[in-house]
Order: sequence, then structure tokens, then C-alpha cells
Amino acid sequence: CVDQLLEVSYVLSQGCSLHPFSLFGSVLLTCPTAGLASMVASSRSYADFTPEKVDLHRLEEGPPLTATLTREEGLKYYRTMQTIRRMELKADQLYKQKIIRGFCHLYDGQEACAVGIEGGITLSDHLITAYRAHGYTLTRGGTVREIMAELTGRRGGIAKGKGGSMHMYTKNFYGGNGIVGAQVPLGAGVALACKYLGNDQLCVSLYGDGAANQGQIFETYNMSSLWKLPIIFICENNQYGMGTSVERSSASTEYYKRGDYIPGLRVDGMDVLCVREATKFAADHCRSGKGPILMELQTYRYHGHSMSDPGVSYRTREEIQEVRSKSDPISMLKDRMLSNNMASIEELKEIDIAVRKEIEDAAQFATTDPEPPLDDLCSHIFANDQPFEVRGATPWTKLTSTS
Amino acid sequence: WKFLPSPQRNSGALLAGRPVNVRDALNQAMDEELERDERVFLLGEEVAQYDGAYKVSRGLWKKYGDKRIIDTPITEMGFAGIAVGAAFAGLRPICEFMTWNFSMQAIDQVINSAAKTYYMSAGAQPVPIVFRGPNGSSAGVAAQHSQCFAAWYGHCPGLKVVSPWNSEDARGLLKAAIRDDNPVVFLENELMYGVPFDLSEDVLQKDFVVPIGKAKVERRGTHITLVSHSRCVGFCLDAASVLAKEGVECEVVNLRTIRPLDVDTIEASVMKTGHLVTVEGGWPQYGVGAEICARVMEGPAFNYLDAPAVRVTGVDIPMPYAKILEDHSVPQIKDIIFSVKKVLNM
Repeated sequence: CVDQLLEVSYVLSQGCSLHPFSLFGSVLLTCPTAGLASMVASSRSYADFTPEKVDLHRLEEGPPLTATLTREEGLKYYRTMQTIRRMELKADQLYKQKIIRGFCHLYDGQEACAVGIEGGITLSDHLITAYRAHGYTLTRGGTVREIMAELTGRRGGIAKGKGGSMHMYTKNFYGGNGIVGAQVPLGAGVALACKYLGNDQLCVSLYGDGAANQGQIFETYNMSSLWKLPIIFICENNQYGMGTSVERSSASTEYYKRGDYIPGLRVDGMDVLCVREATKFAADHCRSGKGPILMELQTYRYHGHSMSDPGVSYRTREEIQEVRSKSDPISMLKDRMLSNNMASIEELKEIDIAVRKEIEDAAQFATTDPEPPLDDLCSHIFANDQPFEVRGATPWTKLTSTS
Repeated sequence: WKFLPSPQRNSGALLAGRPVNVRDALNQAMDEELERDERVFLLGEEVAQYDGAYKVSRGLWKKYGDKRIIDTPITEMGFAGIAVGAAFAGLRPICEFMTWNFSMQAIDQVINSAAKTYYMSAGAQPVPIVFRGPNGSSAGVAAQHSQCFAAWYGHCPGLKVVSPWNSEDARGLLKAAIRDDNPVVFLENELMYGVPFDLSEDVLQKDFVVPIGKAKVERRGTHITLVSHSRCVGFCLDAASVLAKEGVECEVVNLRTIRPLDVDTIEASVMKTGHLVTVEGGWPQYGVGAEICARVMEGPAFNYLDAPAVRVTGVDIPMPYAKILEDHSVPQIKDIIFSVKKVLNM
């Protein structure tokens, strides 16, 4: 296996002038306005969990091997990933206190995927995913408050308490889908609408390694290719579909090749920059009218499949620990920023504190906001309709549905 | 109503007073709605270059082209999902199932992705989609191609389910369905496609719609209420003609919509006649007739019943192939007459 050198150049965006960088060695400048050390060029090779490389399928070339991270972007990605992390851990806590009930599929470990993808598209693009969706609800414009209040089933929830963990929606974000694989053709339909309306937008359609064997996904590969739909298929391969490892579920575990005639690429899903660059590359491919493209992100979830799964009967604690210590996406970004003097430890700690506070406030809201009113029970059956009667549990219980 | 031979088979201009068959009524309705709203488009197997497996979409591809009339591969689950996704993103798809039997491949997308989404999203995500195609028994197509899905889809909140009988129903309900911002299951009937009906001037207006959720009394009567949908409405009217000669006046209610069920019209009729027979092509257990009887039991009309309400249904078996067997698997006019007389104790 070849370790490719990844040249990473960091550019300070605080108004300092740009300097040419070299492949090897570092150049340090002080920037009078920011007072921090500034532009650095460094080269690094990664030999840990996933070697730094891009695997390509039916592509002559892949995303660039250099990624430029500005300080502003770094801090933004750090904060968003940390927010997702802490939000999911808080959800874990609330679930164990039985304040959240039902299904709760947590995303901690996979933060770099949601954040990296969003870095490669815009909010006017579209995205749809499966049930492990809290992270995406956030990156797609939801707030922690309304996400948590949805988990606790309150009226201030993003779906007013009607949807729950798996059914959260924002503008250009179509959930949150409970049926494994169903979201993929839905995403292609959104992409069809983009092409139909000629708006240069695209749709990112996500699914896991477990879903990757679903027949309807192959049906979608076919139609998307035939009709050259602007869709990015993304397989978040976290190695396990519930308790079934990829080796036990899939005759071919090279998910980026499963699209066959669809070009594909596979990158390290724990590295937010890799994810971002791959997404940008894929987005360019779509927007140039070439049709669909498939990305596989190799990632990992720390929690079990859901809150009812301890997550250790089908994998070892050692494995989880190893990923945590060697490939944690947030640590990776933090180390990178610290060692390149793009931020100080204190600064990042401040972000941590601010995030913690945001989560606490949101949890406070989520546990004190009242439940939805019973009047809301039957509403939202039909859009733009007259109110109508709904049969209750008995023939004498006549309820009303409003749009 | 009268059965008139259809003078012309192709869908040319529809003139008031000239008979229009159900196929042409559907075709014309889609044509007008495609023209009216650019977001409307049709997808399904063979809808474009083949002109539709049953020719319902004849001429539309020639007129509107590849962008708006889309031939799909034989992948119902995939293309139904694509249709729903397109509706999420603001288009107004008409998704054709070649027959509703094939919808079982895609039923998850109809129910879980289309029907439930407006509710789950608390009103954030409407789904303006029409699923349409022929439903129920045909002629000699055997068990896997003959099932009626009215009860299956009629069971689900979040769906509107309509079942037109004649050309006026077909035209008006399809326009209403396409203009509705919600998922509509549109159950056609293959054996009705070629049957012509006179259409009045009003019905031929471009904005003519039949409201979803309203039944129509096709024939007034005083002795007994017959409630039916789709092709069986015709059989009820035939039975009513025969019974009239024996002095029995049947009131025939054409449901037009399976869900929401127009209980008010049914109850008003039963309260007038005191007797009820439901007639449907589908199987008896947990069917449309069962629901109608349950509703009548639970409402004010019960006190007006002079006899138990009964159901005339398809026979509770998979559809056989041989003609003699098939004929005896579906409700016939004699079954309706027999049941009416039983209920009236004649």
C-alpha cells in the first residue's frame, strides 16, 4: 500500500498577504493584525487508520491532493463537529434517563462526513439521508434546540414533535428516512427536479454500508445514469449495518465500485478535508452535466447501531478504542490546527465551552418545553385542504384535522 | 346512461354531446393539465413512445417530448421513489403503474414516503403526486394481474384514493387529483377504458373538476340503496333497470372516492330507503363494503335499517383463468338482484 504525501497548505485569511509555499519545509510569518503565527506550509504523510489516499473507479483523475484550509473554515468545522458530538452525547444521556424514547441512532464518530459534505456544496443544493440524521439536520440549517426538542417530543421540535429522531426536515433537506434504502430513489427524484427546473443545483443522496445492497439503489443507479441526473451518491461506510459487518453482508465491500458504470471514489471519512475535497470534486462532476457519481466515505460510529445496541457483541471494545485514539475526526482537525498554529488551545477550549453551553441550553429547552397540544394530533394530514373530521379511537370521538 | 358505440377511436377534439370513452377522457385530462402547469409530468413504463400500455397516454409524448413524458425501466420501486422525490422538490408528477398489481413492488414509496411525509414533517413537506393505473379484474389475465387495491390504499391516512366509473368521473377526478397538493391514488379500470359516455358542455370545460371526497347519486330510488365504485356502478344500474320492472326502485350511489369516504351521502340514502347493499369487485375480507357497513352501524343511519346491510363482492379466491371460472369470480348482475331481493325479503 502506497502512502501518498498529502501536501496541505494553510492560509491565514485575516488579511495577510499570501506567500508562495513550498512542498517541503515550513515558512513562518507573524501577522500584525491577528497576532498569531500565520501562514505555514507543511507536508505530512498519514499512516494511521486509513492511509491518506483516494481510490478511484472509472475516473482518470480524482480530487486534488492538496487542500487549503483557512483558519475561519477550520474553526467553523471544529465548532460544528464538536456541536454534533456533544449533541449526540447529550442525546445519549437523555435517552438513558428515558426522556428520549423510541429509536435514537447516534452519529458520534462520523461528524467529518456531514461537515465535510456541507463544505463541498451549498445550502441551495439538496440532501437526503437515512435515519442517522441528527448531524445532517444541523448542517442543513436546523438548530440544536429544535433538534433536541424533537427528540424529546415537544412542540418546539423541528417537526413539532410529530416526527421524532428519524423524521426531521429543513429547507432542501428531506430527512431523516426510516426505511433503509428508500431515501436513495427519493434523492434521485430531487435531482430530477433540479435538472427539470434547470437550476444548476444537485442532490446528495446518502446511504450506509447496510443499505448499499438494496435493490432500489441499483434501480436508482440505472435511472440516474440513463437520465444523467445531478446526483451524488454517498455511501457512509461505518463498517457495520446494525450488527452485521461489511464482510458478512456484502459479496463486494468496495462500495465505491458498486455503481458499476457510475464513476466512483473512496476517501477517508474521518478527515473533514478529504470529505470536503471529494465532495467538491463530485459536485463539479455533476454540475458539468456528466450525471451521477458515487463517493464512499470510510468512517466509524462509536455508539452501537441505536441506543438499544451496546455495540460490543459484534465488534471489540479495542477496535472502538483504537479508532477513537487514532482517527477521531475532531482530534484530527484539532491537532492539525494546533500544530500549524492556526488556533491556540485556549481558543479551542473556548469553543468547547460555548458548545457545551449551547447544548445545555438546548437540553434545558428540550426537557421543559411542553408536549404538543392534543389539538395537533390530527393536523398535517393533507396540505392546503379544508379542515375535515378524523375518526378517533371510538365512533363517538370525532377529531378535526387541519392543514 | 346508455351504451353508445364509439364513432372514433383516436383522441381528437372532444365536442360536447359526442360520446367520449374513459380512455380519451383520461388522456384529455392529462393533456390539459400538462398544458396548464409546467411542473406536471408523467412517468411510467411505456407511457411515452408506446403511447401507454393501454393507450391512455397516446399522443402526449409527441406533443410534450422527453422532458415531460418519461419512459422508465421496469423498476417500480425505483421510479416510484424518484416520482415522490420529484414531488418533494416542487414538481407535480403523475406516476403510472402499468397495473396496480405492480404497485406492490413500490408500495413502500407510496405509503411511507408519500402518504406519511406531510404528517411526519408537521406540514413542512407536502407531496403533490398522483399515482394512477388500471385496478381490479380485467379479462383473462389471471391471478397476479387481477387484484383490487381499493381496500389496501383506502386503509391509509395521508392518501386520497379515488375510483372513477364513467368518463365524467375519470376526467373530473384526474384533474382534481393532479391539482391536489397531496398524494392521490387513482384507480382506473381497464375494462372501462373503451366504454363511451356522453359528456356535457360543462364537463368539457378546462377547469372542470369532480371534487374528491364526494359521492354521486347516479339513480334516485326509494326502496334500497346500492353503494358501489368503478365498473360495478354500471352493474348496479343494470340491476336497477331489471328490478324496476318488478316495482323495486334502487338508489345507486357511485362512491367516486374511496378515501375520504362520503359517509354523509351514504347515510342520507340509507335513512331514506332503510336498506343497503354494497357492491365491489374486490375481495370481501376487510374490504370497501366492510368499511361502509361498519360506518353505517356506527352512525345515525343504523336506526333506519330494516334489515342488515350486506355486501356483494368478488369471490374470496385468487382470480382463475378459464372464462367460466373467471365469470363466476366476480359479482354479476344476477348476484346484485339476488341480494337486493334477499335484503328486501322478496
